[in-house]
Amino acid sequence: MVLDSHKLIAASGESGDRVQFTEYIQKNVALYQFRNGIPLTTAAAANFTRGELATALRKVSILNPYFVNILLAGYDKETGPSLYYIDYIATLHKVDKGAFGYGSYFSLSMMDRHYHSGMTVEEAIDLVDKCIMEIRSRLVVAPPNFVIKIVDKDGAREYAWRESVKDAAVASA
Amino acid sequence: MVGKNCFAIASDRRLGVQLQTIATDFKRIYKVHDRLFLGLSGLATDAQTLYQRLVFRHKLYQLREERDMKPETFANLVSAILYEKRFGPYFCQPVIAGLGDEDKPFICTMDSIGAKELAKDFVVAGTASESLYGACESMFKEGMEPEELFETVSQALLSSVDRDCLSGWGGHVYVV
Repeated sequence: MVLDSHKLIAASGESGDRVQFTEYIQKNVALYQFRNGIPLTTAAAANFTRGELATALRKVSILNPYFVNILLAGYDKETGPSLYYIDYIATLHKVDKGAFGYGSYFSLSMMDRHYHSGMTVEEAIDLVDKCIMEIRSRLVVAPPNFVIKIVDKDGAREYAWRESVKDAAVASA
Repeated sequence: MVGKNCFAIASDRRLGVQLQTIATDFKRIYKVHDRLFLGLSGLATDAQTLYQRLVFRHKLYQLREERDMKPETFANLVSAILYEKRFGPYFCQPVIAGLGDEDKPFICTMDSIGAKELAKDFVVAGTASESLYGACESMFKEGMEPEELFETVSQALLSSVDRDCLSGWGGHVYVV
């Protein structure tokens, strides 16, 4: 989902936790901007997210995490684009390429092979398509449809869909 | 590892989730102040949380005492913080290395509930610790100069992590 004008958050995991936690982060990021007049940097938002996950982890002295794995992408004017890998037990790491879930076994390998720093948008989308093709062919429980979102100096937005199962149009009443 | 009026602290660079490698540039060694370094092996999330808490305590100490913490004091602090969580511990093993008064090197390691292990020559922690004990024991010499210490630490680290599938992808070495 779009976290703010120049940040994207991709979350996977337990459906209730996923929606509640990412909306909580989204609202708190917006609150910071309202209170302070400037938006959070991507690094600050990532560390805030990790802090919330870490606090929830050890509340009530037993392990009770939010089961949400997060990839947080953002663009800052000073530092450019950045991607943060945050897993459900609050491990934070700044990465160039990241993936979660069963599909990550295939995506990470594709990205290791084809990624190089300084890729253009076209090359990056090409790489994403390669990963999607791998997931479609190799993963038994592959989802049929994919959405590609992008964040750059012009902001965070939906870029394209890759659908193989289109929803049937609902007949009008 | 301890040398002549110097120390070296090294770690590997792998960040993994069981058998899957997530990153090959993960920093495990943190600087507390110019003459005190802390390496944290084990669960990455606990290492990050523990580091943040320790830096917070050290900054408060600096404000109150207007000086840096001695390595022995810092080791006691880490031990206390770990034992606080005796029945819900942080899953990490710290390695503390610092220069005390008159450039005397100090090293120690702890288990995840704060049992300190002081040593005069070297301390190790992590998944490859058994390998590391062997490598360090055979390669260590008393009173090494910084250049030789760097070589020794690097070779001991690389040869040990090469035998452990959960460690590797290069190393970070700090010589002070």
